[in-house]
Amino acid sequence: MKIHIKNGRLIDPGNNLDVRADLFIAAGKVAAVGRAPAGFNANRVIDAAGLVVCPGLIDLAARLREPGYEYKATLESEMLAAAAGGVTSLACPPDTEPVLDEPGLVEMLKHRAKTLNLAHVYPVGALTVRLAGEQLTEMAELRDAGCVGFSHADVPLQDNQVLWRALQYAATFGFRVWLRPQDGYLAKDGVAHDGEVATRLGLAGIPAFAETIAIATIVETMRATGARVHLCRLSTRDGVDMVRAAKRDGLPISCDIGIHHAHLSEMDLGYFDSHCHLQPPLRSARDRDALREGLKDGTIDALCSDHTPVDEDSKLLPFAESEVGATGLELLLPLTLKWALEMKIPLVQALARITKEPARILGVDAGHLSEGHNADVCVFDAEHYGKVSVAALKSQGKNTPFLGIELPGKVCYTLLQGQVVYEAGNG
Amino acid sequence: MTPVLPDPEALCAELVLQLKPQVTADTALVGIHTGGVWLAERLHAALGIALPLGVLDISFYRDDFDKTGLHPQIKPSQIPFEVNGRNIVLVDDVLYTGRTVRGAMNELFDYGRPASISLAVLIDRGGRELPVAAEYIGARLEVPSGRMLVLDRDENGKLRLKLDA
Amino acid sequence: MRNPQLNDKGELQHLLTIEGLPRETLTHILDTATSFVGVTAREVKKVPLLRGKSVFNLFFENSTRTRTTFEIAAKRLSADVINLNIAVSSHTKGETLLDTVDNLSAMHADMFVVRHAESGAPHLIAGHVASHLHVVNAGDGRHAHPTQGLLDLYTIRHYKKDFTRLSVAIVGDILHSRVARSLIHALTVMGTPDVRVIGPMTLIPAGAEKLGVKVFYDLKQGLRDVDVVVMLRLQSERMRGALLPSAQEFFKYYGLTPERLALAKPDAIVMHPGPLNRGVEIDSAVADGSHAVILSQVTFGIAVRMAVMSILAGN
Repeated sequence: MKIHIKNGRLIDPGNNLDVRADLFIAAGKVAAVGRAPAGFNANRVIDAAGLVVCPGLIDLAARLREPGYEYKATLESEMLAAAAGGVTSLACPPDTEPVLDEPGLVEMLKHRAKTLNLAHVYPVGALTVRLAGEQLTEMAELRDAGCVGFSHADVPLQDNQVLWRALQYAATFGFRVWLRPQDGYLAKDGVAHDGEVATRLGLAGIPAFAETIAIATIVETMRATGARVHLCRLSTRDGVDMVRAAKRDGLPISCDIGIHHAHLSEMDLGYFDSHCHLQPPLRSARDRDALREGLKDGTIDALCSDHTPVDEDSKLLPFAESEVGATGLELLLPLTLKWALEMKIPLVQALARITKEPARILGVDAGHLSEGHNADVCVFDAEHYGKVSVAALKSQGKNTPFLGIELPGKVCYTLLQGQVVYEAGNG
Repeated sequence: MTPVLPDPEALCAELVLQLKPQVTADTALVGIHTGGVWLAERLHAALGIALPLGVLDISFYRDDFDKTGLHPQIKPSQIPFEVNGRNIVLVDDVLYTGRTVRGAMNELFDYGRPASISLAVLIDRGGRELPVAAEYIGARLEVPSGRMLVLDRDENGKLRLKLDA
Repeated sequence: MRNPQLNDKGELQHLLTIEGLPRETLTHILDTATSFVGVTAREVKKVPLLRGKSVFNLFFENSTRTRTTFEIAAKRLSADVINLNIAVSSHTKGETLLDTVDNLSAMHADMFVVRHAESGAPHLIAGHVASHLHVVNAGDGRHAHPTQGLLDLYTIRHYKKDFTRLSVAIVGDILHSRVARSLIHALTVMGTPDVRVIGPMTLIPAGAEKLGVKVFYDLKQGLRDVDVVVMLRLQSERMRGALLPSAQEFFKYYGLTPERLALAKPDAIVMHPGPLNRGVEIDSAVADGSHAVILSQVTFGIAVRMAVMSILAGN
């Protein structure tokens, strides 16, 4: 199918472009940027006047809830949410039920996703069997089955000996290891940032140094092994400083933050709002500001949604008993735009955090609109403000602190390999 | 038509005259906050009552709690004598619907079982909604419904009557 | 964000925490309680204010003491009282908190008195119930125990009169104490210039100074010249959680003995929310001595709870 997207503002962080240019698509690939190829007869013309045309968004962390948690959400509903959010590639963590520690499970997931044909799904495999922190998984086999990296999800990996061996083994093959920097013992039973708000509300706290201690351990082990590591969901000012220093030392380290942490702080817990019950916890305003700065100067490579759909009943509980997480696939773009507007960051730089950089971390050819490469495209209205509502969200998870809030950015079209998989106003 | 308000000092003297023949060594006087207490203090002194004055705040016994809630300022009730078997003269400034007196009687009965209760009021303005009557009345006065007749006291302790809208 | 304790007219609809309540509201509650003290001293200790109303005691965390005082207070207001120990009933069968509340609301409850092990549970319930229902927090996790804070305030006012000249020390496990948090809010709102918390570092929460208190790790320094000493109960679980080595060492350095009490003002009063752990946080000589006003706290507690329930029910 030949598609001509005309009159749009083409923002391509992968090629560092922000121009008025048309996009030409044929056979699932970008046929040309700017001028039509000779003899191009479009089957469909999309008028993108007043809209931004960019590479399809790439989300480094989205829980699809399959296998195992289908009562919370299904692959269908969450991938529809991805398409509605302009997300054409997403990575899912291994904490499914059963854990993604076997090639067969990975293949099944990839196959299911491919059949649905709504987004590219890149599973991140488990680092240890059942995420039990003892035995290494068959990382090479899992890579062959389609894993782009290996992680320990949110399960603390307390045994430093196992961490060391896991990084050595991954480094042997050049695999990237994704780790959440949080010391399990220091974070035990904690549900909020250990500070002024948790003290007032009487909630068990997780101190900031639970993160920095873990980062220090990981960085030292990296120095000893040469392993490539991606730190998932930073939350502290000091943590950002440590990553900055590690990058200065030339270590192969990258990191991301969740979209909610780019905007919210412990103050937003208000009167025990369980929609703000997140991991890592929302920390102080100073921490939040350091995360925003780190995202701006590139210390923090990517923004991800950390999409975690939760049924409403699990949130209608006292804070500490409520289930952790927030829905996010459809808020990835709006919250990135909000951050860019507030910090006066050029769109091409801001969008890099959800296209080019995540693609690099995944090690996949995406995040750019180049001739001959996949036509994964997102066309959106940057000027449009929409209220986040239960009805508007396609995800089965309606759990977000931003319910009722107006956010910028409305996705008009999402194309996956040259096919329109989402069109606004078409349900 | 605004009624002409009588002088409460004169009415107070009138009540003293009415009550004097009935007072014995065992008579107890109980004033209802706030106007009734001011009046009761004057009567107590003028009549030379032996027993200390009792005061009642009926906030906990009103029948309109569900509508108007708890009054913002409650003064403690104090009954410094034995109520059982006592002849009590209940004192209030204005007798209107009779609900205040009903509340006061209920409260008194939570202190004990009096031998009798009689009622002394400065003004009976009619408009009764309950079967309550006063034995000792300073004056009867027609007041348009919807307007509140209140007793006031100036810095020197002199009593005045006021008509609020 | 609107204060969830207030209704549309700005009146107190629920009592969930002292935090956020203006001084006038606290003073009003204390003044109302004064009248109820008079009632509880009479022979007929009842007033008919809450007659026909149903007060449900929802205790998800066991406490015979607190539940009893709320029951007495409600009955003295002539209310009908239903006691529910949810710890052993449907809750353990998997019924959610809000489902339990909905079922009880359908039984025409007018007021819920809630105690729960998790901070924020009464807030959740208050946000969920119909507009005519009132929720009183009888203690949630380590967050708040507002009626205790109020009765502590009443006790201090009774003996010391003027908050703006006082020095108050709160001693013990501040980290886990809802009693401490509520009292700190109450004292600071009433203008107490010197509020101190005293305990080992493991038992002082992060950012405590931001609550408006001075932190002391040394009991002797912290007690110097104070007017009021409030001893908190030390729970045995703290010994197991790597927070404290033993009750003996705690008593040796943080227990209130007559010698340590002598460092406070000569007319200082000693308070304790109860129940006492003699020989752990407080010496028997002090608990039974002339400075202790612990039993008065219990009497005042009933009057304060009567005041709270009447004010809420009337709004």
